[in-house]
Amino acid sequence: MTDSVAPARKHRPDWAVLGIAFFLAALAAVIGWDAEHLNSAVAAYSRVGAAAFPLAIAGALAVLAVFTALSAFRSRSEAREPLEFTPLAYIIAGLVLQIVLLNSLGFSIATGLLFALTARGFGGKPLWLTIPIGIALCFVLYVIFSQGLQLSLPQGPLERLI
Amino acid sequence: MDSLEPLMQGLLVALQPINLLYALIGVTLGTAVGVLPGIGPALTVALLLPVTFKLDPAGSLIMFAGIYYGGMYGGSTSSILLNTPGESASMITALEGNRMARAGRGGPALATAAIGSFVAGLIATLALAFLAPLVVDIALSFGPAEYFALMVLAFTTVSSAFGSSALRGLSSLFVGLSLGLIGIDLQTGQSRLAFGVPDLLDGVEVTTAAVAMFALGETLYIAAMGSRMSETIEPVRGSLWMTRLDWARSWKPWLRGTLLGFPIGALPAGGAEIPTFLSYSMEKQLSKHKEEFGKGAIEGVAGPEAANNASAAGTLVPLLTLGLPTSATAAMMLAGFQQYGLNPGPLLFTTNPDLVWGLVASLFIANAMLLVLNLPLIGLWVRLLAIPRPWLYGGILVFATLGTLGANPSQFELGMLLVLGFLGFLMRHFDYPIAPVIIGLILGPLAEQQLRRALSISQGDPAALVESGLAIGIYVVCAIVLLLPLALRVLVKRKTPVSPPAQ
Repeated sequence: MTDSVAPARKHRPDWAVLGIAFFLAALAAVIGWDAEHLNSAVAAYSRVGAAAFPLAIAGALAVLAVFTALSAFRSRSEAREPLEFTPLAYIIAGLVLQIVLLNSLGFSIATGLLFALTARGFGGKPLWLTIPIGIALCFVLYVIFSQGLQLSLPQGPLERLI
Repeated sequence: MDSLEPLMQGLLVALQPINLLYALIGVTLGTAVGVLPGIGPALTVALLLPVTFKLDPAGSLIMFAGIYYGGMYGGSTSSILLNTPGESASMITALEGNRMARAGRGGPALATAAIGSFVAGLIATLALAFLAPLVVDIALSFGPAEYFALMVLAFTTVSSAFGSSALRGLSSLFVGLSLGLIGIDLQTGQSRLAFGVPDLLDGVEVTTAAVAMFALGETLYIAAMGSRMSETIEPVRGSLWMTRLDWARSWKPWLRGTLLGFPIGALPAGGAEIPTFLSYSMEKQLSKHKEEFGKGAIEGVAGPEAANNASAAGTLVPLLTLGLPTSATAAMMLAGFQQYGLNPGPLLFTTNPDLVWGLVASLFIANAMLLVLNLPLIGLWVRLLAIPRPWLYGGILVFATLGTLGANPSQFELGMLLVLGFLGFLMRHFDYPIAPVIIGLILGPLAEQQLRRALSISQGDPAALVESGLAIGIYVVCAIVLLLPLALRVLVKRKTPVSPPAQ
């Protein structure tokens, strides 16, 4: 909680919380700017046009941004768990690879790579082992879901075999 | 009230072999997912939404309800044996249950949790069946102004009940409401916040957002914690069965937990967290074995577990009768209804009585199945706890992207998944609750619709929003909801030595 009885000493602002306040303010600005461009005359029959609700949300976000910024100065910096970036990088790389390769190599290979890189991020077995396992697993899923549930998943060289 | 007759009709629907099968799949999946640390029932429903939209609505909703109940059962297993409560509502169970497991009494702890959940689920589902028609009768007289007030109430409830502070809850909520703005405004046909991107004109897909925030965000968060999250599984030693003394000490806490959980879940005034905390402090006050609390008192497992399950049934009251989700899982079930073009609310009881009552009746069946699945098969579920995390999370992400692609096979949708997943990760890291985002995204457009409807009836006079006594009453409740959890937290904190479970 932010308003705990803190000893009266000088706090440095919590920069992360200030960043969140900035994000909220930016979101408010974008929504407000977008709403200003809506032509409310289109809906003359309805007194409340398309812009009213977004403007209300933008206003609320602006207020929240102010309170968040205030809380950044009021509270002691919270001790957050330090992050490990290597596992994060593996997983995000897997997701980006999947997006890039999805249409050319198909669902099984792209998603199999995601599986292997995620497992790697969690410190799993080496990639030469997990990539084939991942691709095989995703191919089985592809068969089940495209044949059984008629989902249309992107096809690649592997999928065209069946 | 004439609940009995439609309930019997519903039972006929629920007892159809295919629906029994869906219920069985649901409770099995729900238990499995509840047992697995880190993934909850909301995520499971989110993952299954896109892959079920070609199935029969009644069947898949029955399955979703089974997942909801099953997740509650399974969650207690991992709390007791692993001391990693997946949600704040099962924190208390971990507190006493894990101590019991360490003392070699894991079996009775699991048993009292499972039987307590069964008793609570049974009573609370009955209460749901009898309360729902009453609420529907009242709800039929609601106009747009009242509905808007109710949605404001739901917004207030989710943002103050989830997470550690109302400021963070409200920030999450408004981020969700902003996401809900994206797309074409249905009344004027203008595009909002789409920035000329054609894929954004249809708005943000609810399932993509939910999968991104719950699955991807959580996975990234756990990954970023690195190897610090090592866990020890307590083996179930000794007898699984409760002794005569265990029974004698358990049955009253079950009933009291149910009495606390259902009304608070149904109101809705604060989800499952508050009733479990209240139940714990109540049992501690009433127990003849006060000295055992903190060291593995069976009452401290029986009461909160019952309260937890009863409040799950309670949340179905506002969901089914008013279309108001008050928990993350309820929000995903609302999305499930919406994907079949069904809108939960009073009208659904007259237009689709078979579906609604079939769903309610199936809860009884799911509950009975869960008791059978959980007690004798506990050894099987415990083995799930031992799945290596690389395989587990690799599999979760495969299913997450499969679900997203199933809803909309495009690279853009996967990009959304990545962006929102990263947002979910950041929110998790900075301790912002996720559920209000999803509820804001789902309910925001509905709230706007009701607001504009109310204001166009009144020719733009905003006083129409607070004209009826009912609407004023609801806004008063909103104010209470914002303040009550605060008061309760202070109360609970003073009475219980709730220290976070030992790491």
